[in-house]
Amino acid sequence: MKKKEIAIVHEQNRIARDIYEMWLTTDLAKEAKPGQFVNVYPKDKSTLLPRPISICEVDKARNRMRIVYRLNGKGTREFSAYRAGDPVSVMGCLGNGYPMDELSKYRNICLMGGGIGIPPMLQLAKELTCEKTLVMGYRNDDLFLNQDLWKYGTLYIATEDGSIGTKGNVLDAVREKAVTMDAICACGPMPMLRAIKQYAGEHHIPAYISLEERMACGVGACLGCVCKTTEVDPHSHVKNARVCTNGPVFLADDVDI
Amino acid sequence: MNTTVSIAGVEFQNPVMTASGTFGSGMEYSQFVDLNRLGAVVTKGVANVPWPGNPTPRVAEVYGGMLNAIGLQNPGIDVFIERDIPFLKKYDTKIIVNVCGKSVADYVEVVEKLGDQPVDMLEINVSCPNVKEGAIAFGQKADALENITKEIKAKAKQPVIMKLSPNVTDITEMARAAESAGADALSLINTITGMKIDIGRRRFVLANKTGGLSGPAIKPVAVRMVYQTAQAVKIPIIGMGGIADASDAIEFILAGATAISVGAMNFVNPYTTVEIVEGIEAYMNQYGVQDIRELIGAVHE
Repeated sequence: MKKKEIAIVHEQNRIARDIYEMWLTTDLAKEAKPGQFVNVYPKDKSTLLPRPISICEVDKARNRMRIVYRLNGKGTREFSAYRAGDPVSVMGCLGNGYPMDELSKYRNICLMGGGIGIPPMLQLAKELTCEKTLVMGYRNDDLFLNQDLWKYGTLYIATEDGSIGTKGNVLDAVREKAVTMDAICACGPMPMLRAIKQYAGEHHIPAYISLEERMACGVGACLGCVCKTTEVDPHSHVKNARVCTNGPVFLADDVDI
Repeated sequence: MNTTVSIAGVEFQNPVMTASGTFGSGMEYSQFVDLNRLGAVVTKGVANVPWPGNPTPRVAEVYGGMLNAIGLQNPGIDVFIERDIPFLKKYDTKIIVNVCGKSVADYVEVVEKLGDQPVDMLEINVSCPNVKEGAIAFGQKADALENITKEIKAKAKQPVIMKLSPNVTDITEMARAAESAGADALSLINTITGMKIDIGRRRFVLANKTGGLSGPAIKPVAVRMVYQTAQAVKIPIIGMGGIADASDAIEFILAGATAISVGAMNFVNPYTTVEIVEGIEAYMNQYGVQDIRELIGAVHE
């Protein structure tokens, strides 16, 4: 059940340049699934629309949710000034998340995250019980979440400038480390997801990719955040699916990216 | 206290509606809002066949509002009749179907298919700024508007609302054209054409370059146009444009609107519509207003 409610900031930290983590106390934590997101609403009325932010981690026992976001404009700048005890308006949990039942069929899953696509990989890594390789791509040595991620599988790092790990992107690291896998879960920028779709096709393995698109409502009503699909979508009756509700996670074969 | 209003013989339990395109066919927002409490649900525009809409990005935020260029993506009238109308019929609210098309024949086809359907009114979209053919092409010239209104009125089984564009020199000329062609009511304003440029990338933010501006930023323009239109025609007006709360709604009613619609603000607060229903009642209590109809057009110098 989706709902909009007031969460309370439990803790906020800057964890890398322009990257912040915010732990929220909210009942939404109980229902969160890996790969889902929440809408966070700025208080400043000049920034009207909610900011969709992926769920990084949940602590169901304490009713807490961790979101990690990049400072990217007026709305996220406002969020970055929130301190413990501040109220914050959130709606969730939104989107489909990764298909955990389907993923339970696989024995060796590779989780690939790039940049601000890394955060949702953490809760996914925690909940997947199979063997996992985590391959994360950063711009440079200003890493984040790596100290959490390594606990849940073999972790390989790629950096664009080569300062840490493999020089290049996540697929360069996969090749260099000869990572094997029977399925992929990924989140990151579109060029990375396109390359992963191609890689998965060549290796005949499924890739579940989380897409990003400019959103307004976040609940499937406005049709702002569509992506092209390979077949006619059963809801829209055209080759368009809603990233916010039919996604953000899609089987790579199902989307035309 | 009476909050019911009547438009072309259709009685609404209250004057609060949803603006077309911001509320789907009610399904998505029914998890937040009790649709039984709304005066009407005005659906997303529907054409004779499915439309894929525009490429993305389709939406952008601007100061106090947003731009959209969805391009009237819709599943087509056959799916709409099969799926969306039965869903809405489960609720005790009026159904207003927004109709779009590329040609007069497209509009008429949809209107005819809706003829035997349990919908209360039709709203004709002659004001969407985001599609290349149809829509606004019929809403910016008085003779074209008059012609399409006549053609639709000749075939429509339900009362017809013409939804007007603010992207005209004189809104009252368009309003009079629609009225003289037999329109039963008017709704205004649709979005105002706008643009946003990403100065870092030196590119248009929207794939469509231009988009329709909505949200609180446009409210004063909308209030002014509703007022001018109310002075110019006798048919009822459904007012919209940046309505965020009951105060905004009452402002439109005082300007001359019989009913009001909530658009972009549904995205900001999904409970806006119901909060406005409650807020209007609170205003009426506070000011001792027995009948909401006393407020329609009650602004004075």
